[in-house]
Amino acid sequence: MNFLDKSIADIHTALVNGDITAEQLTVEAIQNAKENEDKISAFITINEEQAIAEAKKIDEAGIDSNNLLSGIPVALKDNLLTKDILTTAGSKMLYNFKPIIDATVVQKLNKLGAISIGKTNMDEFAMGGSTETSAMKITKNPWNLSKVPGGSSGGSAAAVAAGDVLSALGSDTGGSIRQPAAFNGIVGMKPTYGRVSRWGLIAFASSFDQVGPLTRNVYDNALVLNAISGRDEHDMTSSDQEVPDFTKDIKAGVKGMKIGLPKEYLGEGIDEEVKQAILKAADIYRKLGAEVEEVSLPHNKYGVAAYYIIAPSEASSNLQRFDGIRYGYRAKDAKNLEKLYVKSRSEGFGDEVKRRIMLGTYSLSAGSYDAYFKKAAEIRTLIINDFKKVFKDYDLIMTPTTPTPAFGIGEENDDPLTMYMNDALTIPANMAGLPGMSVPAGFSKDGMPIGMQLLARHFDETSIYKAGYAFEQNTDFHKQTPKMGGAK
Amino acid sequence: MNFETTIGLEVHVELKTNSKIFSPSPVEYGDEPNKNTNVIDWGYPGVLPTTNKGVVKSGIMAALALHAEIERHPHFDRKNYFYPDNPKAYQITQHDTPDAHDGWIEIEVDGQKKKIGIEEMHIEEDAGKNTHGNKFSYVDLNRQGTPLIEIVSKPDIASPDEAYAYLEALRQRLLFTGISDVKMEEGSMRVDVNISIRPYGQKEFGTKVELKNLNSFNYVRKGLAYEEKRQQQVLMSGGKIQQETRRFDETNGTTILMRVKEGADDYRYFPEPDLPALNISDDWINEIHEEFPEMPGSRRDRYINKLGLTDYDAMVITQTKQMSDFYDKMIELGADAKMASNYLQVNVNEYLNSKQVDLDDTEITPENLTTMIKLISDGTISSKMAKKVFKAITEGKEPKQFVHENGMVQLSDPKELQPIIDQILSDNPQSIEDFHNGKDRAIGFLVGQIMKQTRGKANPQVVNKLLMQSINK
Repeated sequence: MNFLDKSIADIHTALVNGDITAEQLTVEAIQNAKENEDKISAFITINEEQAIAEAKKIDEAGIDSNNLLSGIPVALKDNLLTKDILTTAGSKMLYNFKPIIDATVVQKLNKLGAISIGKTNMDEFAMGGSTETSAMKITKNPWNLSKVPGGSSGGSAAAVAAGDVLSALGSDTGGSIRQPAAFNGIVGMKPTYGRVSRWGLIAFASSFDQVGPLTRNVYDNALVLNAISGRDEHDMTSSDQEVPDFTKDIKAGVKGMKIGLPKEYLGEGIDEEVKQAILKAADIYRKLGAEVEEVSLPHNKYGVAAYYIIAPSEASSNLQRFDGIRYGYRAKDAKNLEKLYVKSRSEGFGDEVKRRIMLGTYSLSAGSYDAYFKKAAEIRTLIINDFKKVFKDYDLIMTPTTPTPAFGIGEENDDPLTMYMNDALTIPANMAGLPGMSVPAGFSKDGMPIGMQLLARHFDETSIYKAGYAFEQNTDFHKQTPKMGGAK
Repeated sequence: MNFETTIGLEVHVELKTNSKIFSPSPVEYGDEPNKNTNVIDWGYPGVLPTTNKGVVKSGIMAALALHAEIERHPHFDRKNYFYPDNPKAYQITQHDTPDAHDGWIEIEVDGQKKKIGIEEMHIEEDAGKNTHGNKFSYVDLNRQGTPLIEIVSKPDIASPDEAYAYLEALRQRLLFTGISDVKMEEGSMRVDVNISIRPYGQKEFGTKVELKNLNSFNYVRKGLAYEEKRQQQVLMSGGKIQQETRRFDETNGTTILMRVKEGADDYRYFPEPDLPALNISDDWINEIHEEFPEMPGSRRDRYINKLGLTDYDAMVITQTKQMSDFYDKMIELGADAKMASNYLQVNVNEYLNSKQVDLDDTEITPENLTTMIKLISDGTISSKMAKKVFKAITEGKEPKQFVHENGMVQLSDPKELQPIIDQILSDNPQSIEDFHNGKDRAIGFLVGQIMKQTRGKANPQVVNKLLMQSINK
């Protein structure tokens, strides 16, 4: 069994009715995940024992008919701390790291009885857009095994797309939930910065990072976001904004909504098939009674440049704690303290991580701070103002999630700049802290999924879910299932 | 050639809070290594700091004590460097927006008052401690995350004596706010010093030299005095001062070159993204202002001008807030100002020193000490008897009851004393004659006889008065 044609509500009903037990469900999910591992390699760790033990507990206590997540198999990106379960962040640096605490989002899911069957592969420390920078393995795109699943939450996206789990958590710093969701034909939400606690998320760039759900449909996504949102006293950047039930008005439709279509997101560098898919989506929204108009976000084009200064700067500082002394990888035969630092970090980190540490270290140095970090922070303000202006008149912004569908494994490895440009359309939402979601919006001629990105005002995930749901109800892209083939 | 001296002081003060600045671990010393630590203090992956509101409040207290402008939206910054006692490899501090800036405190040197400017004051976290054994080095993170304030002076301090006075004034003011113990010997106050000299009239400052290992105010003064002279000699002999760090040598009072500075360290400061900027409201500042204790300078003025103490007495009484609060309470209870001051300075201090205890940890209270002083004032007991009573107080006894139970009440009633005096006079006619012949010593003998007769209970002042009246009849 896999979950390709099922929603969380379907499985929940089966559990409540006793058609299946949580244990049976977990065993099957793990079986399925293991079988798929040969093809897509989505998992770094499969928690067979713990997951089955948890499922048994749920069965003993009885499925709570009011709690849709009880007994539901999920997966977690490997940068979320899980107590006693290996947590590597895709890095050799943490090849042996078993945390003593759970991330807040993990605690929340555990409390609701969701069963985490494993930890998913990712770009090392979430730095990358293809999951190829992982020190552990190469994850493949279930739609075509020669293509990347995107990244950095590529393992989470592939596991959901392949039907291993109903939902997986990812993290999004510059598009790391939305881009793999688009590449895998699933739904991925990056919530408003501050909506979800970052406690226990191994930091990449603290002022951008946000945890969010990847699911096969919009409704399930809203359900999982309900579960993980809210103020956390351990995270001062988490917001005490009230958390609405995101499923409550999800079926209300888009009639009367004003949707902006930024011209800068359909111009140069955007694949023609992608562009056409988004223009078609705009027509669908018009038919459903929304007003869709061209808008402009003139400073968004500087987003990539500014992001690749600020994010690496924060990362260069965040990753300093990996020094080989207290946990994780320690180089052998270091003769003194400095050599221990240098050797452990040289051997423990991969190329992309080193590249970003160097970028960030340089940007923060006394001689370049004003020209780089400070300038980039100013650009960030301009981008925030771009959005503020448009959101005065519009409820939503719709754009392609990525300039192109998934590219081939190994195709962009030697060209970090092209790789960085893949994030051009997703980065601005992180720069401004806005919520953004990718929903399936079509397929390329060669059968690869295309994603549409919906952006809204701070803390207005509700509008995104409404529009995403309405779109889904009037299209059948999300009903397509990957063939798990095409490997060269 | 004449030179003028410019001294800069950077003072770190450890704040007395229950928990650390960014983690709930307790701030406690002397425990086994790494006992008072948690995942935040270890720099564990995925953890985040949470600002202790009490630390921010202490920062505002300190800013008020320094007459400084309070920054309303200060944010924290990261100062990046690798060291095992710094597990995150960055220190959370305030670089861009210090908590407070442009303050001043008043000092007095040789009767001359002077205001010393405060450049800025910020809050930050302390690092852990490394110790080095034979084969291994050890890291203790108990101190990691202890809240600190750093106070940077403006280049207004012009002599080692002024530096000493500044440190003393700073110590006292902070002590009176109650936010810190400010004890150099325990490390809750640490001082970094720099000094430069320039010929009179020269606009630019001279080259700064930093001094280390100054573990007391006295060493600061001595080290600066030595360094001032050394720099003068270098310049007088045509030499140049180089930017360097020198170590104070306690044994012979000199400074020794440690290292020459080449360029500044690059700490790659940037705003701490894990902590939102603070919002310090007028209401909060006003609230803190209301509980802000009276500062030592103002107390000294009050003691001198209203209670008639000498400058010296007022200074001794205001050495600690504890003592000064204790004294104020005694005055409130009606103790004689001068006597209360004397007893605190002499008897109480002697007792504290001999027992090596804190005033709060003794049985002495403003109430029992005031009762004793009143017994002296109204003649119930003599100052000689008071010594016994004071000892009883330190043992937890109530003075009135003690005096009563031990029959220590002084004979002051003339009706009771006169017959005794008459008896002694009639027994010692020779002494009366001696007295009239100008031998004053006779009086001493007679008083002695009377005291002997009353077993020391006679009030000497009353005895003297009555004796003189009787003998001159």
